[in-house]
Amino acid sequence: MEAAVFILSLVDCCALIFLSVYFIITLSDLECDYINARACCSKLNKWVIPELIGQALATVLMLVSMHWFIFLLNLPVASWNIYRYVKVPMGNMGVFDPTEIHNRGQLKSHMKEAMIKLGFHLLCFFIYLYSMILALIND
Amino acid sequence: MTFSCLKFFFYSFFPAFCRSSPTKSILVGIKVVNLLQERNILPPGPVPAPTPCLPQDLQKLNCSPEVFCSTLTSIPQTQALLNKAKLPLGLLLHPFKDLSQLPVVMSSSIVRCRSCRTYINPFVSFLDQRRWKCNLCYRVNDVPEDFMYNPVSRSYGEPHKRPEIQNATIEFIAPSEYMLRPPQPAVYLFVLDVSHNAVETGYLDVVCQSLLESLNSLPGDTRTKIGFITFDSMIHFYNLQEGLSQPQMLIVSDIEEIFLPTPDSLLVNLNECKELVRDLLKSLPQMFTKTMETHSALGPALQASFKLMSPTGGRVSVFQTQLPSLGVGALNSREDPNQRASAKDVQHLSPATDFYKKLALDCSGQQVAVDLFLLSGQYCDLATLGCVSRYSAGSIYFYPSYHSQHNPAQTERFQKDLKRYLTRKIGFEAVMRIRCTKGLSIHTFHGNFFVRSTDLLSLPNINPDAGFAVQMSIEENLVDMQVVSFQAALLYTSSKGERRIRVHTMCLPVVNSMSDIFAGADVQAITGLLASMAVDRSVTASLSDARDAMTNAAIDSLISYRTSVLTIQQPGLLAPACLRLFPLYILALLKQKAFRTGTSTRLDDRVFAMCQLKYQPLMYLMLMIHPSLYRLDNLTDEGSLNINDCTIPQPGMLQLSVEKLNSEGAFLMDTGSVSMYLWVGRNCNPTFLKQVLGVQNYATLPLNMNRLPELDTAESTRTRAFISWLREQRPFYPLLHIVRDESPLKASFMQNMIEDRTESALSYYEFLLHVQQQVSK
Repeated sequence: MEAAVFILSLVDCCALIFLSVYFIITLSDLECDYINARACCSKLNKWVIPELIGQALATVLMLVSMHWFIFLLNLPVASWNIYRYVKVPMGNMGVFDPTEIHNRGQLKSHMKEAMIKLGFHLLCFFIYLYSMILALIND
Repeated sequence: MTFSCLKFFFYSFFPAFCRSSPTKSILVGIKVVNLLQERNILPPGPVPAPTPCLPQDLQKLNCSPEVFCSTLTSIPQTQALLNKAKLPLGLLLHPFKDLSQLPVVMSSSIVRCRSCRTYINPFVSFLDQRRWKCNLCYRVNDVPEDFMYNPVSRSYGEPHKRPEIQNATIEFIAPSEYMLRPPQPAVYLFVLDVSHNAVETGYLDVVCQSLLESLNSLPGDTRTKIGFITFDSMIHFYNLQEGLSQPQMLIVSDIEEIFLPTPDSLLVNLNECKELVRDLLKSLPQMFTKTMETHSALGPALQASFKLMSPTGGRVSVFQTQLPSLGVGALNSREDPNQRASAKDVQHLSPATDFYKKLALDCSGQQVAVDLFLLSGQYCDLATLGCVSRYSAGSIYFYPSYHSQHNPAQTERFQKDLKRYLTRKIGFEAVMRIRCTKGLSIHTFHGNFFVRSTDLLSLPNINPDAGFAVQMSIEENLVDMQVVSFQAALLYTSSKGERRIRVHTMCLPVVNSMSDIFAGADVQAITGLLASMAVDRSVTASLSDARDAMTNAAIDSLISYRTSVLTIQQPGLLAPACLRLFPLYILALLKQKAFRTGTSTRLDDRVFAMCQLKYQPLMYLMLMIHPSLYRLDNLTDEGSLNINDCTIPQPGMLQLSVEKLNSEGAFLMDTGSVSMYLWVGRNCNPTFLKQVLGVQNYATLPLNMNRLPELDTAESTRTRAFISWLREQRPFYPLLHIVRDESPLKASFMQNMIEDRTESALSYYEFLLHVQQQVSK
């Protein structure tokens, strides 16, 4: 049962890692002028909700299986994702808005956010891996 | 090898306006002024732009400050120094300004730097006769063979005498490598609201009449196309195919899925179908007089326009008189009339839906610009509708409470604005790139355009009344550099189908002392940039945040001046002479319609003022923020200008305070693009009343006078010469309102007296005291 929880979280975390990498690649394409703002933002906006769901799933799983420390570790990121999604002004075309992305250093801050999330997910990956192996051994 | 011919085009002469640059402004900048004691801080004439401290040979080639200027004419060497000065660093440009002299070069090869693609400009350095060093990336390039020949002097071997090196503002005729597709023809589409509300205002007559008059002067050539769409709850298209005896109206009632009823002949060649177009314009106002439709399906009409225009690109002019109520993009009334005079935050400054933004981006991708004319008495949610113009490089025109009978002054202004709008120069499918020397980078853009990639602005239309601003930061320290350069290159298709590149290059010195930075500050440019930044802040954060940020800008810069530059600490509020007008301009901004609180301001008026603050070029922006006040009843020929055999008197500018008004005089207030107020005092001297206004005494002065009678007296000639001279310096036509004490316009006149106290705002002196208190903390 424990092992199953961790296997699921591990798979979820892998998916989130791939998603962060995709975000970083797309944002750096925009910085280097390989794609234009509209294409970049529509690609990224498509994956905002899946990322939100993936992160929330991992958090809820940890809550349900009563692993408090990992739950508390995941909670800030999950709530930040939800906050970011909810706080989008009505006139904007999603979290990534092509008309605003070049203003006020938004491109840089989105890039930084994606990098931090990548680092976080990598950390979580190893935590889940270790916990899964422990759980499998203890079975 | 093919050859370069040099053409000089002369446009109508625009006399020198506000931004003159006297050489003694450098010395004036260093002087210290105690703002609490010095009462007369306004210069007698227009405020001069500071001259950059460059060697004479570089400065005389530099770009005109009216076209390209910087907030700090001496660039700080490091970001730390810039942060310490607490002044914003940015550029304000007016790239497509109507110029009286513009060198045009047609060359087989346009010389550009190999790595950064900068156009060759007056500030490059020639290492020897064959190599040149780029002033933006410092790469050494070769001089091409045909550049060595100078067509003007027909001499060989002097590349530095070529027009590209002798002029900071130059236009190239672009070869085919600069075209993604064959240059488009001029295509104009007019989308008109014909609901009952719209027809009642009577705007249709004005539009059709102006179009009929200007039909032959629409910019374009033999390929120009024109089309019309009218809409209420359904969309009406007009088949203007050559050969028809009269225009045929096709109605599409399915607004959920808009389609074009016929594949062509909705946009027709203007020259071939001119008679049909004229017939349509003559019959259009009568066609809808009996309409009872009250709905407005603006969203579907815009979608139809986009479908129609996307193959070619062009300009769509939308005339709207109410909130769109039907179909996609329908909006709700968000304004609460009780909150108009709220002293707290103003809500609903940002768009309600992203439909118009998405549509603008679609249009921008297909090189279609949408211009919006809003003629309405009620709330129209300009914050949302304006997005369609803002991101497609269009312009927004607003005529609140437009009605041809009840508001004839607005009608005249609309007519004059339309005339300018239809006949002014226009560029299609344009892109603009702003490049800076290595080490500087641009991080925020202000204006009507879409930023397609890092420094590429997509402008489906460019017109001479659009201004832009950018904010910069210093990424790497500018050590070992004496000067930095900035280049704005605008690639566009002229209305005659020629692809052209207009290049402006500006060079500024680099300094590393705080006193030099303060001596080179351009107070008008700083105010203009702060206004755009404050508009952004009001929309993303809140209005009170923006107001605080503006006040803090004045306070922080004066604190920084006090601590870093002043050696002797004196009491009072000390400012460098070049920044002496800064607190006055900040107070003027705080009292602007866009940012004021506590006075009843309609939401649409406020949003429109914000749009104007971001869109207008600096010269007109400063008149809007700080109008000029002149005394007219004692004009003399002393110090007057002599232009074209006309003597134009030059009265001094007065401070905007009721204290300067005199019931025995008459005063003219020039607020820029919208109106001029001529206030006549109660005890105005009878000579002025008779000789200039043509009335016997004050009591017989009409309440709504808009025109000065053309009397044969010396005073009348002088007054009219002065007012025409002011009007000629700008492309739009401000209406003259003659205001007497009982006139309803007196309130608008008095609102501009920014140095005075009102119930909700401080007087200038009180504001200075507040700033001084914060500075001395």
